[in-house]
Amino acid sequence: MLAALTRVLGVQNLALAEDVVQEAFCRAMEVWPYRGVPENPQAWLMSTAKNYALDILRRERTAHKFAPELEHYLRSEWTLAPAVEELLGPDAIRDDLLRMMLSCCQPELSGESQIAIMLHILCGFGVDEVAAALVGGYAAAEKRITRGKKALAASNELFSLTSPAEFTARLPSVQRALYLLFSEGYHGASKQSVVRSELCREAMRLTAVVLQHPVGATPASHALAALMCLNAARLPARLDATGELRNLFDQDRSLWDQNLVAEGLQLLAASAVGSELSEYHIEAAIAAFHSTAGVAGETDWAGIASLYDALMSLQPSPIIALNRAIAIAQVEGPARGLAEVSAIADRERLATYPFYYAAIGELEFRRGHYTAARGHFEKAESIARNPSERNFLQGRMRACIDSAKTSRP
Amino acid sequence: MSEFAFLFRGRQTFTSPAQTQQHMQLWLKWFKELGAQGLLKDPGHPLDNTGKVVTGTQKIVTDGPYAEAKDVIAGYIVVEARDLSHAAELSRGCPILEVGGSVEVRPLQMLNP
Repeated sequence: MLAALTRVLGVQNLALAEDVVQEAFCRAMEVWPYRGVPENPQAWLMSTAKNYALDILRRERTAHKFAPELEHYLRSEWTLAPAVEELLGPDAIRDDLLRMMLSCCQPELSGESQIAIMLHILCGFGVDEVAAALVGGYAAAEKRITRGKKALAASNELFSLTSPAEFTARLPSVQRALYLLFSEGYHGASKQSVVRSELCREAMRLTAVVLQHPVGATPASHALAALMCLNAARLPARLDATGELRNLFDQDRSLWDQNLVAEGLQLLAASAVGSELSEYHIEAAIAAFHSTAGVAGETDWAGIASLYDALMSLQPSPIIALNRAIAIAQVEGPARGLAEVSAIADRERLATYPFYYAAIGELEFRRGHYTAARGHFEKAESIARNPSERNFLQGRMRACIDSAKTSRP
Repeated sequence: MSEFAFLFRGRQTFTSPAQTQQHMQLWLKWFKELGAQGLLKDPGHPLDNTGKVVTGTQKIVTDGPYAEAKDVIAGYIVVEARDLSHAAELSRGCPILEVGGSVEVRPLQMLNP
């Protein structure tokens, strides 16, 4: 709704569009408790927002500048109402959502700012919700959103969908931002909670919008959607009933969403087109290996390891190298895994990532070096970012102590 | 190029909101055609059907106009056209014609002393 209103009122009038949306929701809060929630709440909100938009446009026709191609129709009473109707119709909204996404992912903005402004404008996250979702706290979130809004207002209009070349050029930024958003939800660094499934859902929703447009529906976009579905399928089991983190080996796989797995595999098949192999393709394939294994032991770790090899040659990073080492450990044993870990280039960049130390701890644990393992888990726990991570790591520490006891002759 | 006023007569009231919306969409379509050619000068305004009429040196104020709906001016816009014929041609796209109304096409006059 906000994206469409921004188009109607002009991107310089983003604040105005936000006011309209706010008014509509406030009115709903006033009216619904007494008259009951309407059968179609979305339509009600839309209709109310349209009426407010009409009021504002009538009152402030001379005060605001509108998007150039809409000037005539918004200024004339003959066409005001039908123009607003058309501009807020379902197709227009979907297109405007896409335009807004493309506009938000401006290369001048940092990745974090892009996500912050997308969450704020497209997903309706308030500043504190954005702060909770991403790393950095309230002040940082506020700054990112402000920066993003300024960048939007400075561009004179929302990104145009009429130039496929421009769309294609901007698409990687959008894909990256959506990938980061999903990752943040799947396993984020938020202080509150390690799993924020609503972020995953928003990422999936927005990726679906990208896929609806012919220019956006590239193999890489399909792969991105696939990896989101395949990973999201496992979300219900990542936290157990008490809200504690469960690692891949301990999850109750009957909780995995098989519909999402099926959807993910379909999308993966759809992405297997053309000659362009993206990192999303590889990550989706890895996710497919995981999500189709009925039991941890049945996972094709050798296949996963070779996929990580491919990923490393495409887009090397310490975290990917770490995941690769873990996969290799599954195939060739913990000692080999540890050797790979110590061979990771730029290891120091992992110093703030708890699961780096946890991985080493896990491998030492499997070798029977319980004291060493415990030390690593302690280090991990000291830099854990939220209660779930902390509890999980404390659990592993306890396991080390217990195993040390039972293994003593 | 010169400017012309289109005076519309014969506004319809429709029975259902869906019909009203449909009709208004036709206005939008017509406006877009004019706008695409850069010929819309003044978007004008619809006018309420009744008001007041003031006449004569006595400046008598009465309610009105009480003419038949098809004769009451329903509103106006101003367009740009090459000449009167062109303007008349442009006015043929007006949706009011579909519902029994009419368009009066009048050149804007320059008043020189």
